[in-house]
Parts: sequence; structure tokens; C-alpha cells
Amino acid sequence: MVEQRFDAIVVGAGPSGNAAAYTLAKEGLNVLQLERGEYAGSKNVQGAILYSDALEKLIPNFREDAPLERHVIEQRLWMLDDASYTGMHYRSEEFNEEKPNRYTIIRAQFDKWFSQKVRDAGATVLYETTVKELIRNTSGKVIGVQTDREDGAVMADVVILAEGVNGLVGQRSGLRDELKPDTVALAVKEMHFLPRDVIESRFNLKGDEGVVIEAMGSVTLGMTGTAFLYTNEESISVGIGCLVSDFTEKREAPYELLERFKSHPAIAPLLAGSEVKEYAAHLIPEGGYNAIPSLFGDGWLMVGDAGHFVNAVHREGSNLAMTTGRVAAETVVRLHRMRKEMTKTNLAEYQERLEKTFVLKDMRKYRKIPAFLHGNKETLFGLYPRLLSKAAQTWFRVDGLDKKAKEKAIVSSFRQARTLRGMIGDAFKLARAWR
Amino acid sequence: MSTETDAVKVEEKLYYNRYVVDAGRPHVKIRPHEVPSQALLALTKICPAGCYALNDKGQVEVTPDGCMECGTCRIVCADTHDIEWNYPRGGFGVLFKFG
Repeated sequence: MVEQRFDAIVVGAGPSGNAAAYTLAKEGLNVLQLERGEYAGSKNVQGAILYSDALEKLIPNFREDAPLERHVIEQRLWMLDDASYTGMHYRSEEFNEEKPNRYTIIRAQFDKWFSQKVRDAGATVLYETTVKELIRNTSGKVIGVQTDREDGAVMADVVILAEGVNGLVGQRSGLRDELKPDTVALAVKEMHFLPRDVIESRFNLKGDEGVVIEAMGSVTLGMTGTAFLYTNEESISVGIGCLVSDFTEKREAPYELLERFKSHPAIAPLLAGSEVKEYAAHLIPEGGYNAIPSLFGDGWLMVGDAGHFVNAVHREGSNLAMTTGRVAAETVVRLHRMRKEMTKTNLAEYQERLEKTFVLKDMRKYRKIPAFLHGNKETLFGLYPRLLSKAAQTWFRVDGLDKKAKEKAIVSSFRQARTLRGMIGDAFKLARAWR
Repeated sequence: MSTETDAVKVEEKLYYNRYVVDAGRPHVKIRPHEVPSQALLALTKICPAGCYALNDKGQVEVTPDGCMECGTCRIVCADTHDIEWNYPRGGFGVLFKFG
């Protein structure tokens, strides 16, 4: 093991850990980053969408050499029932801008690239190294970590935990509670390969343009969850995720759900003839603001998924991860320069800084959404998509029935299924949770 | 869909993935039991890698070779303490090429 004392140790080499280690190393601090995978990204799974803004704040010219797949010019939101989908599409030529706003990426490749940037900035990065626990002094301050290497103790002024949603170090050290089945989603995903010209013609794209589809409805069998399909350069990422508590209650197999989504008449033609090259599973922190643990203490900070930083409504995560990683590191850099100790009181500055960013503002805005979604799952993910499909079918089918009778049929189908009072109640609850 | 065909299907999926198995050192273990808890029984269905299965005696067994280290089983059994869950040693376990 490295016989040295560090200014900071970063646990994990995902987006939050890399953002933190990069920021610290660039500012001249002596940083050690520990990653349990063979390479950065080998244990990481995401859809994945990269939002430029958060990365630009770290590496402004990232577009020059980062492994990006396609820039997103079209977003589709689909409500599925068994045979149909009702959709909203937004496509804009303005997304074909000089510096695009969103890209699809392949995480294993992107994280590897980011990790190289971290090393170039001067951090010491050790792969294949699992952190077992935190080391504390007699007063309880975190002063280092114990790894699974021989003589694997290593010391630092501060430890940044960027160990992801299933991070055991923070939990087993009592820094955060055990995850609850109703605050995490289990998502499964496959990578489907197709020639790029096939992808482009199927999705009406040219060059590096990309499409993302987010879908909800009967495909989750009444469980709280969503599915997705993202176009990469020569592959399509397709996945589905639902709350762990719902999977447990319903005893549904995630891979069966994925097969169901893939075989949906709206999805199957998009994947036809593809070659599958990977199947992955991962947890996503979906508990929102109320599930955020304590973010700092004596000698430690928590960032990214470990801190539950996912905005489930907008499907944002890696940008929150990179932002929290950067802000945590900036806090450490400032304290280090001022020769201040990494105490709980001083590290509280991390949270103060975060309050001023979109991260905590957005998380707070949607604090009531997880409970709303979970409490109304049968209606939101089952009933409404079905009613909407039925209404569209009635509306568009020309069958000799007069239009007034069609309107009546649509209204009565909604009222029979959900009563006017119920629908108003749902709308009201949604509005209240949204604020 | 029968359970048998499902099991085949998930095995086929895992076949795409790359693993470095730490032979003789399973990172997930089940506490010995006579009758499985509801949480353990749920895992035979919801584990995305199909690592959990019932044996002839009606007990739940785990074969974590295909584990994708998501942590679902750990969370589901947090209250029942049915399983002991650790990460594989550094460098071992699943290695995503795409992720």
C-alpha cells in the first residue's frame, strides 16, 4: 500500500468521485482515489445521459476528447398500455448547437476517460482496491480508510465518500441509514447493438443526433417505475426500473419486465435484429430530498448517489453527482488553503454551498413527489395510461358513431374508472407535490 | 411463463457479461435456515441475476457467480438478517464493458 499521508482520500471513481478527485488534484492537493473495479466504470451502470453543464464546470473543453455517443435532439415521453402508446415528442433543430446540452454516453467508457483526466491532474488512483471501513481517532474524527490490500490502512485529513448508492462504508460506519426498499429503484438494462445507419433511419436521425424515450404505463404492471430507450452511436440502451419494495411485494422478476418492455409493439421494431452484448442491474436512489443523509461530519463528506442525489422527476443524476463532488472538493480546497481543520463545523460549508446550487433547490422542490408516486402507483402507472389509450382509440377510430357520443364515451370511461372526485383529487395532489 | 424458462433466460443474459469470479470466496452468503423467510423467498423471484433458488428441501440457496452487485438482496433482507453481503475483493466480480 502507499506509505503516505494524503490531504484527501476519495472513495469511488464514478462521476461524483471523479469530479471531487479532479477538482482537488487540479488545485494542487495530494489526493488518493480508491476504486474497487478493475478500471473506473467497471462497476458502474447508468442509462446513460450526460448533461454538459455540470461537466463543463469541471472540464470546459471535454467535447474535444470525451467518449460521447450522440447529442440528444429529441425527447419522447410515452404512456403505454398493452397494445398502444400515447406520446409526447419534443424535437428541435436548436439542439443541433455548437455545444450541445445533452449527450448519450456509455458509462464504462466515459468513466475511464474521466479517470484518466483525474490522473493527469495529479491524483494517485488505485483500482482493484475495496475500502473496508473508515479509520477514526479517539475523538471519533475520520482520519483514514482501511482497504482490502495488505497493510491497507491509509491516512488523510478528509475522506470523501463517493461510493455510490450501494455504498457499504458509509452505512456500516453509521454515517447514513440503511437504504429502504421504498427509496431505491432496481433498474435492469441491456445494450443492443445495431449498425449506425439502421439506428439513424429508425429514429429519423442524421450524423450524431440522438433520441431518448422515457416510457411509463402498464409495462410496469402497476409498480412505481419507468422504462427507457436511449440511442447511442452504434447501440441502444434499453432498460426498466421499479421500486425495490414494489418488486418485493409483487414478486416480479426484473428481467421478465424488461422482456415485456422490449416486446411491446412500440419498442420491438426499434430493436429488431439487434445483437445484445451486455445485461446490467443497478439500484437508483429515488427517495428524493427526504432520503438525503447527513452530508458531512468530522473528517468526512458524502457526494453523489451515496448522498441520494438523484432527481427522479427529471431523470437527472450524474449532473448532481458531479456538482456535489465538485462543491465538496472546493470546500476542502478552501479549508486546506486557510489551514483550517476538517472538522464537522468547518465542513458544514459544503452544505451551505450546495444550498446555493440547483442541486438542493431541485431536490427540495420535489420533496413530496416520491410519496405521491408511491402512494398512487396503481392509478398513475396503470389506470391513467390505459384510460388515455382508450380515449385516443375512441377519438381516432372512425366507425359511424357520432362525435358527441364519442366524447360522452370517453368522459364516462374516465368517470367510471376513477370518479370525477378521484381525478380532481389526483390532480390536486400532484400539483401540491410538484410545488 | 414458467419458472424454468425464466431461469434459462436470465442465465443467457448473464452469459453476455464479463466476470472475474473469486473462487471459494462467495461475497454473498445465506444464513442457514430450515424455513425461508418471505424476504428470502422474494429473492428467488426478484434478484435480477437469478442468483437465488429453492433447493429440494425448500431452503433458499445462493450462487453469487453471476451477481451484478446491485445490492437489492441486501436491502430486502436488511431487517431479517438472512444474508451476509460484502463486496467482492478489489478487482473481482462483475466487470461492465458498457455499464
